[in-house]
Amino acid sequence: MAAQSPLRQPPSIARRKTAEAMFKVLGIGSLAIAVGTLVLLFGTLLFQGAMRIDWQFLMSYPSRHAAQAGILPAWVGSTLIMLVTTVVGVPLGVAAAIYLEEYARRNWMTELIEVAVTNLASVPSIIFGLLALGLFVHILGLGESILVAGLTLALLVLPVMIVTTREALRTIPVEIREAASALGASKWQTIAHHVLPYSGAGILTGIILALSRAIGETAPIITIGALTFIAFLPPTPFSTQPPYLSFDWLLSPFTVLPIQMFGWVSRPGEDFASNAAATGILLVGMTLTMNGLAIYLRYRMRKQVSW
Amino acid sequence: MSPSIVAAKNTSPLRSLGGGDIMAMHRRTQQRRERVIEGGLFIAALTSVAATVTIIAVLLSESIGFFKTVPLTNFFTDTLWTPLFADPHYGILPLLAGTLVTSGVGLLVAIPLGTVSAIYLSEFASSRVREVIKPTLELLGAVPTVVYGYFALLVVTPGLQQIWSDLPGFNMLGPGIVIGIMIMPFVISLSEDAMRAVPMVLREGSYAIGATRLQTAWRVVVPAATSGIVAAYVLGVSRAVGETMVVAIAAGQNTNLSWNPLEPAATITAYIVQVALGDLPHGSIGYQSIFAAGLVLAMLTFTCNILGHLLRKRFREVY
Repeated sequence: MAAQSPLRQPPSIARRKTAEAMFKVLGIGSLAIAVGTLVLLFGTLLFQGAMRIDWQFLMSYPSRHAAQAGILPAWVGSTLIMLVTTVVGVPLGVAAAIYLEEYARRNWMTELIEVAVTNLASVPSIIFGLLALGLFVHILGLGESILVAGLTLALLVLPVMIVTTREALRTIPVEIREAASALGASKWQTIAHHVLPYSGAGILTGIILALSRAIGETAPIITIGALTFIAFLPPTPFSTQPPYLSFDWLLSPFTVLPIQMFGWVSRPGEDFASNAAATGILLVGMTLTMNGLAIYLRYRMRKQVSW
Repeated sequence: MSPSIVAAKNTSPLRSLGGGDIMAMHRRTQQRRERVIEGGLFIAALTSVAATVTIIAVLLSESIGFFKTVPLTNFFTDTLWTPLFADPHYGILPLLAGTLVTSGVGLLVAIPLGTVSAIYLSEFASSRVREVIKPTLELLGAVPTVVYGYFALLVVTPGLQQIWSDLPGFNMLGPGIVIGIMIMPFVISLSEDAMRAVPMVLREGSYAIGATRLQTAWRVVVPAATSGIVAAYVLGVSRAVGETMVVAIAAGQNTNLSWNPLEPAATITAYIVQVALGDLPHGSIGYQSIFAAGLVLAMLTFTCNILGHLLRKRFREVY
């Protein structure tokens, strides 16, 4: 009777338990491959590059001799570009997020903006490079400059900024807004005096994540024509004559850390590989610190929901 | 109204200036300010739309110049891509093959490992394990791609050469595997989201009739979350196809129409990088060719993105 039963006999409990244990091993194994890669990656970088990191490496220009080469123009370039990206990208992203979260009505226009943001988030970064090459470099004639790189990365991180800021705004309870309105505050006063200050930590998380993404980007910056070998610094932003501030550096050619690393990786020879690894340590160190900070901020925010 | 208030009103210094008008004016100024602010915020929000439109416009306008010289049939049937040679050929196939092979290898790594990890994280892992693993995966996803390129060229490929001793220093297998590891956190996070969106009652029903966790995961949760999991794969494809630095560093710069991952070959993205590193005059056919290549890449990723987001929308709406 049992043999002819139309119902398939379920596997015995022992077999099911074995299958379950095997799957757990498989799951932990898969995750271990991912985590192991991270460890191996960092280990290799440290092994090959740690001894190259010293004052001389940080303060020298690139050179044909690997042992004398340094990353001074690269980190100066990265810093200046991050400055432009922050100044342009952060206000733009926060403003767009405020509009979408607080003002936007449910209509086709809002829908269009939402689709554009989601789409931009998944456009390959090299396409942003082509956009910048066509628009900023050639049509607007801004050249292969720090300004163009900063603007390109600002567009690239815009979706990250918008999404994280919206999440932060959404955590502010509607009662706060109602209370402010009840006391006669206008919509903008409510936002500027209450909603924005309370979501500061969340917005900060977004800024950190956006910059961590921007600092490691290579492809779009190569596309707009950054050089891999630069032996000078952009003009300083400060001058001794009035008006004491100069913006000539915005239009200066530049290089950045990831491009410097790319330049060294593509050269044969153990010594240049060491230079690449040393640059890699700094890059990975920076992105992991920034992401770690973002994760910590988010964790703390989740812990202290005190509305 | 008490007489004293009336008196106060009558003697108010504002009265002679038309106090009511000042109040109204103040309100009007404020309303105008509110409208200006809203307008400014709206313009900021429009930037994303403008960027999307400009991307399409720039790619199309430069590509049109390219396709004036190169007929579409050549573009899709020629098996050579040598725009910068004395005898130029403009067949996108070799670049497309390179892109598809490296992404294919990447998916062969990311889909099985990612799915198993996601099921484990969503259905088996304790919340404490999840608290540790998820941020770690996030860090894995945050490593700059140029560093992954270094890893593919100087760690993974030499490792693979221990197995295939005649594997060339540039090949598609090594970078493919690295791309797989790279998009794994992304695939895990999206498919785990989909699985967690499956209501608890479905699992409880399954447990109640005696199924184990694995049976529940495999026969109840995964089928219920299929559209979300497939969306994760499709969006993973889009990432793999657009990946640039890993292949530019480790897969070589020679265009080579080959489906064999053990051979070197340039991808669409690697070609764009190669040309951009040189100094091509604006308006030349070489310059236009990177936009034509970019257009193909953009169409590939747009298709994946739209498909992925439609699928994701579906899993959100089911319950």
